[in-house]
Amino acid sequence: MTLLRVEEMSIEFGGVHAIEDLSFVIEPGAIHSIIGPNGAGKTTLFNLITGLYRASRGRIMFEDRDIGGQPPHRLARLGLSRTFQNLQIFFRMTAIENVMVGRHLHESRNVLAHLLRLPAVVRQNQRTSAKARELLDFVGLADDADVAAGAMPYGALKRLEIARALAVEPKMLLLDEPAAGCNPVETQEIDHLIQQIAKTGVTVVLVEHDMRLVMNVSTHILVLDAGRKLAEGSAAEVRANPAVIAAYLGAQGQRELARAQG
Amino acid sequence: MAALRQPRTGGLLVLAAIIAVLPFLLPNAYYFDVVILVGINALVVVGLNLLIGYAGQISLGHAGFFGLGAYASAVLPARFDIPPLAALVLGAIGVGLLAVVIGRPILRLKGHYLAVATLGMGLLIFMLLSNEQDLTGGPDGMAVQRLTILGYKLHGVHTWYWIVGGALLTGTWLALNLIDSPTGRALRALHDSEIAAQVNGVDVVRHKLTVFVISAVFASLAGSLSAHYSGFITPNSAGFLHSIELVTMVVLGGMGSTFGGIVGAAVLTALPQFLTVFHEYEHAALGLIMMVCMIYLRDGLLPSLRQRLHWRRS
Amino acid sequence: MSEFLQFLFSGITIGAVYAMVALGFTIIYSASDVINFAQGEFVMLGGMCTVFLAAAGVPLPIAALLAIVITAGVGAALCKLAIEQARGASVVALIIITIGASVFLRGIAQVVFDKQLHRLPAFSGEQPILIGGATLLPQSLWVLGGAGVIVIALHRFFRRTLFGKAILAAAQNRQAARLVGININLVMLSSFALSAAIGALAGILVTPITLTSYDVGTMLALKGFAAAMLGGMGNPVGAIVGGLLVGVAEAMGAGYISSDYKDAAAFLIILAVLSFLPQGLLGARIRERV
Repeated sequence: MTLLRVEEMSIEFGGVHAIEDLSFVIEPGAIHSIIGPNGAGKTTLFNLITGLYRASRGRIMFEDRDIGGQPPHRLARLGLSRTFQNLQIFFRMTAIENVMVGRHLHESRNVLAHLLRLPAVVRQNQRTSAKARELLDFVGLADDADVAAGAMPYGALKRLEIARALAVEPKMLLLDEPAAGCNPVETQEIDHLIQQIAKTGVTVVLVEHDMRLVMNVSTHILVLDAGRKLAEGSAAEVRANPAVIAAYLGAQGQRELARAQG
Repeated sequence: MAALRQPRTGGLLVLAAIIAVLPFLLPNAYYFDVVILVGINALVVVGLNLLIGYAGQISLGHAGFFGLGAYASAVLPARFDIPPLAALVLGAIGVGLLAVVIGRPILRLKGHYLAVATLGMGLLIFMLLSNEQDLTGGPDGMAVQRLTILGYKLHGVHTWYWIVGGALLTGTWLALNLIDSPTGRALRALHDSEIAAQVNGVDVVRHKLTVFVISAVFASLAGSLSAHYSGFITPNSAGFLHSIELVTMVVLGGMGSTFGGIVGAAVLTALPQFLTVFHEYEHAALGLIMMVCMIYLRDGLLPSLRQRLHWRRS
Repeated sequence: MSEFLQFLFSGITIGAVYAMVALGFTIIYSASDVINFAQGEFVMLGGMCTVFLAAAGVPLPIAALLAIVITAGVGAALCKLAIEQARGASVVALIIITIGASVFLRGIAQVVFDKQLHRLPAFSGEQPILIGGATLLPQSLWVLGGAGVIVIALHRFFRRTLFGKAILAAAQNRQAARLVGININLVMLSSFALSAAIGALAGILVTPITLTSYDVGTMLALKGFAAAMLGGMGNPVGAIVGGLLVGVAEAMGAGYISSDYKDAAAFLIILAVLSFLPQGLLGARIRERV
């Protein structure tokens, strides 16, 4: 079964077509990357898929179900989760509490029980916190569990967001520039982390500018330019695609590519 | 020992201890009166802090809910022969339902718009209470029957001290429970980033509505207690300035600090009572406190104090 | 028909005041993204200062001028001492600060002046003008004229003067304005002083009709805000249209439905606009960036 199917989708902002007539599919498993120059519509596409924006035309199907117009919290329930290009961390909470919020859908939401702190709520808090600790360990933040998120360095927050998104137990995880602003060592760690996540069976969709990272981890790449699909295929196919090289990568891109390859 | 260091258990024990010991330290009925007023305001503030401090949603109209609770306790027994205790409960349920109806449209708003919508809501309630003279006695207010429980009439500052003390302790316990639960985490999360909260499965609108209703019911119950305690109410209890006072208590004590809010309520309720010189300047001082707190003491009294102590220790 | 005309006249007169308050909101909001809830207190200060200066023997025109200068000074002080100090504060914090300023100014006015209702003599007699069976007070013409002069002057100020253009630029994009050398602090300071002066003038013009006291500000601020929102926050033309609409709706509601609930009209408008037209009649759509 196809995991995600986007059909002839468009959205415009004040007359500018941010996404135009875009169709593509994402099959379950492995790592899919969406690349393209700044303004190509990558983050807009993420916002459309996760329900933050509403497409003006077209359809989005998740597991053969039309999800157009569904609010983000419903989509989370269906198994969609994401991180953000500019961090959206709960700064007033500790690292572990951030991840615990990600467990929201797996917890009982009986407000009366919460107010009375019934024994079931106490037990549930313990389970949630244990699971969150596990995830912090998975992304390498085990020692920072009780640190206030506001006091954590940028690179750690990037990983904290990934842990929080994983806490939702998504079928599909959308990562919006997870390595942006990270140094080479941190980028390598993220690279490793993404592959680990994919190994657990979660389908990863990646928007990333770091070509070395993209070419390294992706099993499938979609190239966007000015809101339209320019090319798609395996890393090798995209690399060899003359349209991509000419229209998108340009001179600077080719240099980057050369570096990535060799 | 570890449990004691948590604000939950430790703080509740301290609050219980203060409530238990205070009667032995208060010299006369006047002081009891002041402390009871503190307790009633603190009960509203504990609820309001959930909304403003934890969920980050402003309300400039909560005195409206307080007033409705107070008038439910006054009007229902006087005009419809409903027993006071039932009136108190009916008032709280009615206010809760009203909060759902009003909250649904206005909680979609953010920042300034929410502030003005809640302010308007409070003023509408105030207008209703002042204008429906046949029911409420109009701007001059009306007398309130005594609260009777199991045939026993409640009167005297000592009785009321324990009632209000018990109510505050219970309210604080409930609030602390909520904060340390999935609902509480969702509220704190949507305060920092509504988008991230949604993406993590939090139904933002529903949670805002939940906390709005809870805080409204807290205010209604406190209003009922206040009406029965003082035996007389006027529409001013639902007025704009009372709403502002309540917000100032939250801000002064510390947004997002339940015990801070109680301290804020204590300071702002007791100060004008003990400094009569202060009386003429009460409003000017109220405004000044709001400004100074937000500019220089953004965390509020209690959290700032706690931080300073930490500093000295390390 | 004459009844309708009568309600319309009083609605337009009071609407012109709301329009001036709404303009004050709009100017400050454009320059600083702050909604100044103390805007109503500027109207109160204009009226009260004039009343008390006139009572102390100062000739009315000079008293009015002094009142405007004093209020503008208060506006500037509010910007300098509170808003500028609170840089980077959250929206909720800024709301509490300006509400605090509003309560503070009320409290001070109650001590410096008193708690009584005050009036000023009408500027050009009390003899009502008869139009189509309805009466119009000459003072209403003063209010409408004053509002008209302010609108024209503001239009010229924003279109013709460099400083006006600087404020518009700052409203468009603060960062970019700073980069081209616009002094943002000065822009904010003058927008507060200007709004305060406009509010004060509105207060002086309307006091002969509606009377004034230390606590008229809150209602005026709310209705002015309703007007600004109805017209689309940050849009000067919208502020004027919104002000007149709120004024007329209120006068019609009071005339035909119930005068007890005349103040409710503004809030019902607020709630309706917020629920159905969150961008206002003339506002632009804004989308949150992620």
